[in-house]
Amino acid sequence: MNPVLRRTAADLAAAIRSGELTSVEVTEAFLARIEAVDDQVHAFLAVDRDRALETARRVDAKRSAGQALGPLAGVPIAVKDLLSYEGLPTTAGSRILENYRPVYNATIVQRLIDNDLVILGKTNLDEFAMGSSTETSAFGPTHNPWDLERIPGGSGGGSSAALAAFEAPLAIGTDTGGSIRQPASVTGTVGVKPTYGGTSRYGVIAMASSLDQPGPCARTVEDAALLHEVICGHDPLDSTSIDQPVPPVVEAARRADVRGMRIGVVRELGGEGYAPGVEQRFREAVEVLREAGAEIVEVSCPHFVYALPTYYLIMPAEVSSNLARYDGMRYGLRSGDDGSASVEQVMNRTRGEGFGEEAKRRIILGTYALSSGYYDAYYGSAQKVRTLISRDFEAAFAQCEVLVSPATPTTAFKLGERIDDPLAMYMADLCTIPSNLAGNASASFPCGLAPEDGLPVGFQVMAPPMADDRLYRVGAALERALTARWGGPLLDRAPDLTRSVQALVDEEK
Amino acid sequence: MSLTPDDVARLAALARIELTPAELAKLAPQLDVILDSVASVTAVAQGDIPPTSHALPLVNVFRDDVVTGSLSPDQVLANAPDAEDGRFRVPRILDEEA
Repeated sequence: MNPVLRRTAADLAAAIRSGELTSVEVTEAFLARIEAVDDQVHAFLAVDRDRALETARRVDAKRSAGQALGPLAGVPIAVKDLLSYEGLPTTAGSRILENYRPVYNATIVQRLIDNDLVILGKTNLDEFAMGSSTETSAFGPTHNPWDLERIPGGSGGGSSAALAAFEAPLAIGTDTGGSIRQPASVTGTVGVKPTYGGTSRYGVIAMASSLDQPGPCARTVEDAALLHEVICGHDPLDSTSIDQPVPPVVEAARRADVRGMRIGVVRELGGEGYAPGVEQRFREAVEVLREAGAEIVEVSCPHFVYALPTYYLIMPAEVSSNLARYDGMRYGLRSGDDGSASVEQVMNRTRGEGFGEEAKRRIILGTYALSSGYYDAYYGSAQKVRTLISRDFEAAFAQCEVLVSPATPTTAFKLGERIDDPLAMYMADLCTIPSNLAGNASASFPCGLAPEDGLPVGFQVMAPPMADDRLYRVGAALERALTARWGGPLLDRAPDLTRSVQALVDEEK
Repeated sequence: MSLTPDDVARLAALARIELTPAELAKLAPQLDVILDSVASVTAVAQGDIPPTSHALPLVNVFRDDVVTGSLSPDQVLANAPDAEDGRFRVPRILDEEA
């Protein structure tokens, strides 16, 4: 593998600033890697080769002209195909938007452009970000680089797989119930869901508006923090955007200091249903933090066990409302418009053909939860339990600075294993959903490989709203101690995908 | 409680989604299982608990009342399935029985 590919984003940016590497060299290395391995991984739905190289050339010219470069200038990045980016299709992984081309940029995309990052292309996802495996994408699943027969997590499995396969040093994800953190967990990468309102949702295709939150994906904690600072912060175009300074995440990542920090282990997020290797690596990571000077306490959040059912009422309700806009009239697929059919018939046909199975399931579930006679029992009750879950967080954060748990109960499962069992699929988000319901910051960091299957395990950290920096303190402390123990980053142990290709070529000879 | 394919068909009609009989037959038992598993919230939500619709306290956000840029008609119609004379062309609005 080209050694450039393994370098961190921070290191690549420094090399570009110092003149050791050009942005064009770095961008070409990642484009060549995508070319070499993406037919196996399928992380990308679109690769924007020409524009990426054009941007890289512009960054190199800026440097030659003596202009100051930002902290991630010239570094390539992959963007989940849920964010609007002019000039490329934005599909949300759905047939209904297959040929949709945005005429404006999402705020996050605009910030990447303004900060001279090089957008390589758009990554695969579950349809409208609904799923935990990328298998509901209308354009085929993404494969986990650790084991190509397994899921890369979801919905942001394209972004997580692109990082783990060294096809990009940075990526953007979105997290409604765990779609940044669970993919990070099962691919041995870093994924952060900022505080709700910390990143702009402008130009991000909506799934469940009160829960959706875009965030940074990376291979190291410092890289995630650098990207966090680029994309977060107030946006007047998003009325739920928080008008406060971005928490000092880069400083927190560099200090990596948990001395004296009170860390709460959530009693309810463990036990039955959790893989032994996941629990083992989680407990070891907690010990690592204790050795690094943190004070470990156990806390109870009794209503977290109701987070999953609460989420599966609130989220579909918002989905049924948000996805009503795909009516085949102004953009996207239109089906059955034969000159005699009515507008309603065309809508029915368009939505029947354009939406996949999971989108239909959630829209209908949401329609039911909001329908007259059932509203109070379902949606109304779920809103009340959401309050109880937020109160659990408030009580827990009164006792400790962060909460920790496994990021997802198991390691990566096999493609196809859960696709016909929606409830089993939904269990993948058991640990991540509470933070979406309460809106606090949360992240997943790699904490080792499960002994039973050799697959990555993620360590979840949850912090109070606008205390995102605490995630990075804990994540960086963990990363520092564990990489020292392992003798290098966890991803060094992932299979080198080019070797298998080379083996095939050799056999042919 | 159990949802029949007919119930699902009614919900699908409300949601404006045409479903095949095979889809209805597959979805009904799946939705049943999901609804069973979420029913537990009703029991927990007893008593005087204020509902949360949003994690943050929401306030109205206003911008200054000044003219800003907006999309051009060409941009607005760029993704239209069908357009005519600078407008979206849509199928007839009224149903036959109307």
